[in-house]
Amino acid sequence: MPKACGIKCPFRGWWRKFRTLAQPVLIQSKRTIPEIKTLMSQSILFLAHASEAGNTLPKVSYEVLGAALELTKQLGARLTIGLIGADVSAATETVAAAGAERILAVAGPDFATARYLSDAAAAEAICRSAGADLILAPATSRFMRVLAGVAHRLNGCVDTHVTSLEAANGELRATRWHYRQRIEAVIRRDARPWMVLLESGCHAAWAKTTTDTESTGTPSVPKVEQIPVTLPKVATRTVVTGIRAPKSDVQTIRPDANLLLVAGAGWTKKQADGKTHVDQAEPLILDFLRVSGASLGGSKSLVDQTGESQTVLGFMTHLNQVGQTGSTPRHPKGLSTCCHGEEPHVVGWRFINERRAVNLDPNCGWARGKADVLYVADAFEVLAKLNALLVQKSRTSPEPAV
Amino acid sequence: MTNGYHIVVCGSIVPDPLQTLEPVETPTGPALKNEMMLPAVLDPWAAHALYEAANLASKVAGSKVWLVSVGPKAKLQQVMMTIAQRVSFELVPVDASASGFADAHATAALLAETIQGISGIDRSRLLVFGGWESASRGAGATMQLVGERLEILDQFQGVDQLTVQADDSFEILERIEGGRHQVSICPGPPALFGWATGNLPEPRNNPQVGMANMRTVMPALQRAKSVPLAAGGLHFLSASPPKQQRQTRVVKDQSSDQIAQELAEWIGK
Repeated sequence: MPKACGIKCPFRGWWRKFRTLAQPVLIQSKRTIPEIKTLMSQSILFLAHASEAGNTLPKVSYEVLGAALELTKQLGARLTIGLIGADVSAATETVAAAGAERILAVAGPDFATARYLSDAAAAEAICRSAGADLILAPATSRFMRVLAGVAHRLNGCVDTHVTSLEAANGELRATRWHYRQRIEAVIRRDARPWMVLLESGCHAAWAKTTTDTESTGTPSVPKVEQIPVTLPKVATRTVVTGIRAPKSDVQTIRPDANLLLVAGAGWTKKQADGKTHVDQAEPLILDFLRVSGASLGGSKSLVDQTGESQTVLGFMTHLNQVGQTGSTPRHPKGLSTCCHGEEPHVVGWRFINERRAVNLDPNCGWARGKADVLYVADAFEVLAKLNALLVQKSRTSPEPAV
Repeated sequence: MTNGYHIVVCGSIVPDPLQTLEPVETPTGPALKNEMMLPAVLDPWAAHALYEAANLASKVAGSKVWLVSVGPKAKLQQVMMTIAQRVSFELVPVDASASGFADAHATAALLAETIQGISGIDRSRLLVFGGWESASRGAGATMQLVGERLEILDQFQGVDQLTVQADDSFEILERIEGGRHQVSICPGPPALFGWATGNLPEPRNNPQVGMANMRTVMPALQRAKSVPLAAGGLHFLSASPPKQQRQTRVVKDQSSDQIAQELAEWIGK
């Protein structure tokens, strides 16, 4: 790295020392470059971290494991599993029967929380020990923070938000979106290791089945290889102090919900009587979320109003924003209300399978092939009656509506 | 903080979100049809990072903000006419592709090299800001790669809030799953922050700020060096817009009761 004039770093030099300390595996196993290349061409690493509870992996990890196993079979490669967490023994048991040749782990109190430096050191140590040329990992917030940096340390490359991976004509191809889900591209990379972070909902989750055991016999479960990583003091200068979550009664974001309700700016605009009715809109939407178990999204115009101190829906924040400059959630169903369905909004719906919309304008964007059904109606009236129906249904049915 | 922060914001330009984008094949890979004709805006997440940087700089005396922007010079000039009116900064432009098909590794290398070349930056006061993703490439990786190249190892992504504590440490809120935030305490610079949306509204246009900025923006744009971005072993096999068009059933003549009934059945399926 070229030195910049005038830049004085208080930590200059410590990083190389830290890398030496943190990677005993690298130092102990010096291999020639051809040897490493031969090993790497036959190996896939599935990298995951323990869930917050610590006894399992995040849901998306099992989907990525499913993709890794499929590729391993296609390529005739060897699979290594790498796990990070405070204590990964319980999580290891959930994937032990997947058929991996090796299971590597970096565990300890330093790796309990999602911190860039400690996670990077742990992931780097596992990747170097595995020597894989393809590293598959789930696109969790923890890994999205850190794995690009790890790819750089490995002199490799990284691609995030990948939605599918396939082996064709002896080469690996990844599909990902550009320009916020508006252009889909298929890519390949020359550099190795290639680190790929897969999105959720793009592959069937791996689960241990009895048919697996019957067809292949009882798989031999590899012994977990613990990789020692000692962090220097400077690496722990950032401290994760906790998680801040909204109160359960105002929890509006539910990633695992079957339904996404999107509220548009129309909820806060003047209605037929020439007045705004935000005071009615708030309980209607919150009641709907409560009785349906849906997750709440908002258009940019609506969440921006919150920042501009206008009269707005009190529970709507930028975290709820979906669309071109917000999130692109993955729910089986989506219901849009008071939102015009223009392209920037609909970008956030790219991965919603069944789409319905309620809007007063029959010529809105939803009518132009973006929704399955458009109801031309007043969302205030429809939602009030829908809430009543769902409450009635929940009283007569032991199961929730969604 | 006695001497203030040196805040470098990395932010490029993207096509206006309302524009229709169509990919075309070029000898160097995919590009957007009529890319140079499309109106551009500062990337939304980078813009949030810039506003947060200006807000922080305004609270801590002696702080300074640089905006390092990689993009075609003509488009940068167009976007700066708007952005320069909102907050004070010194532009460090690099005349290179701002395409969403450019490789994040190459862009990160260029950004890191440019930041290292800024004279007068004190690394012990350095905060690198940027968007956690962009509305073009959407890699979610560029800032981390910049941080690694600059050996900045306290990195935070999806940042919504940065608060300077009484002891000059930072309390940082990063977005995690389920609409929650992870809270971290970092003792201070150097650090890197990939911003989500933050909490600040878009600053109002201030012509005086614009005039002050443009005194340095225009000469900087004239001096901007033109740099080709390496493909870095990234090959595009195809690039296409999604073609899925649904057969929408437009329901105009049903009462609210009927619609609610139909929706309740659909939700319950």
